[in-house]
Amino acid sequence: MPTFVYMTRCDGCGHCVDICPSDIMHIDDVTRRAYNIEPNMCWECYSCVKACPMNAIDVRGYADFAPLGHSVRVRRDEEKGVIAWRIIFRNGKKDWDLLAPITTKPWGTAIPNLKEAAAPSQEMRDSQLLYNEPGYIRMDDGDLHTLESNGLKFKEGVYY
Amino acid sequence: MNIANPFAELAASISPSVMAWYVVLMVLLVIGGTILDMMHKKSAKYFFENAKRQKARAVRELDSGEKMSLALKTLGHEVLTSGEFKNPKRRLSHLMTMYGFILFVVSTAVMIFGYADSADAGIWPLLWYLGAISLALGGLWFWFFIRVDVFSEGLPWYQVGRDDIFIVSLITTSVFGLLWAFTQGSTLGWVLFALFILSSTTLFGTVLWSKFAHMFFKPAAAYNKRIVWADGSRDNLPDVPDLTDPQVQEKFPDIPTYMGKKPPYMGLGIKRETPNHY
Repeated sequence: MPTFVYMTRCDGCGHCVDICPSDIMHIDDVTRRAYNIEPNMCWECYSCVKACPMNAIDVRGYADFAPLGHSVRVRRDEEKGVIAWRIIFRNGKKDWDLLAPITTKPWGTAIPNLKEAAAPSQEMRDSQLLYNEPGYIRMDDGDLHTLESNGLKFKEGVYY
Repeated sequence: MNIANPFAELAASISPSVMAWYVVLMVLLVIGGTILDMMHKKSAKYFFENAKRQKARAVRELDSGEKMSLALKTLGHEVLTSGEFKNPKRRLSHLMTMYGFILFVVSTAVMIFGYADSADAGIWPLLWYLGAISLALGGLWFWFFIRVDVFSEGLPWYQVGRDDIFIVSLITTSVFGLLWAFTQGSTLGWVLFALFILSSTTLFGTVLWSKFAHMFFKPAAAYNKRIVWADGSRDNLPDVPDLTDPQVQEKFPDIPTYMGKKPPYMGLGIKRETPNHY
């Protein structure tokens, strides 16, 4: 479910506005705090939730991983290279911590230079794959893909 | 050389007791406005209910020594040095405005109550001018360059909303106060004095509609934030443990698998850049 901002925690820094892929996190003209201008268009990608330095943005979790009314909060600690999640059920009895490595590229290193990219060949045009879609993320042509099975290594700097 | 007390010359036209009653009235307006603000927004009710909820999730009880230590840290970091601001320009502007305001208000009260009929008021007139200059510079810097909708949305400086009452009346109080002090005795001086009084009355009389009361709430919120991290409830946020701890590695096997037994420092990430793309 879409993002929402705890107005008392937000200091209007604008990180969420910068990072939102849907361009729906804006700064309110009157209160100078961030808010989601169009919740219908929110992808729930959690980019803003993880980027917020004040932990002021939350997303209400779906009922498919916890009964409604729970709290799901996330912290992206880039210095340690991990993302931590905490899910608390609404009765408070289930309090669950999850921890996983960050698997995206370092901030600012993956800005696509599409102007320099070669035009797609006919074979690429006929393919079902999207532009630049790596074959190894496909799940329908074999077993589960891992770093090892694709000849990749986890390197310092949060690379894949 | 002592700087002249700006209220001494004013005392020839306006009785010191009228000035004193004006200050008392402003104090009462601030107290009343803050109480009404708390009742209207239910901010205190929410604050204490939330603190109670968090306390129920606490992993451990804090003793009074720890609480005192956290209170001192809050005082040193958030209250006295505005450490909660991540943007250094914003922080500096806030410090200039905050200390300027405190100097300006305290020196005004001291000069009106203690030296209203004396041109020589010791160091207080100097502090009054320094406070007003710091307040004006910090406020104008914020208004024209730093506030987020100017920075990000490119809104013009003259677009004033209801929440701007506080900052605009702060700026006009300090600027008109300074201009009045320099032009006292002339007709222009009286016009500026009227604008100064109008601004300060707006500043202290609109607490219910402005963000004036944040100066009372913010220290409590900052202290509470430190408490919830120390007692383990963490505002429902997850902990990010020491990744080299074998128990953590056993609980989360992805960490040693992908990051090794001693995960390296991964860099600042998003924090390397200030937000400026919007």
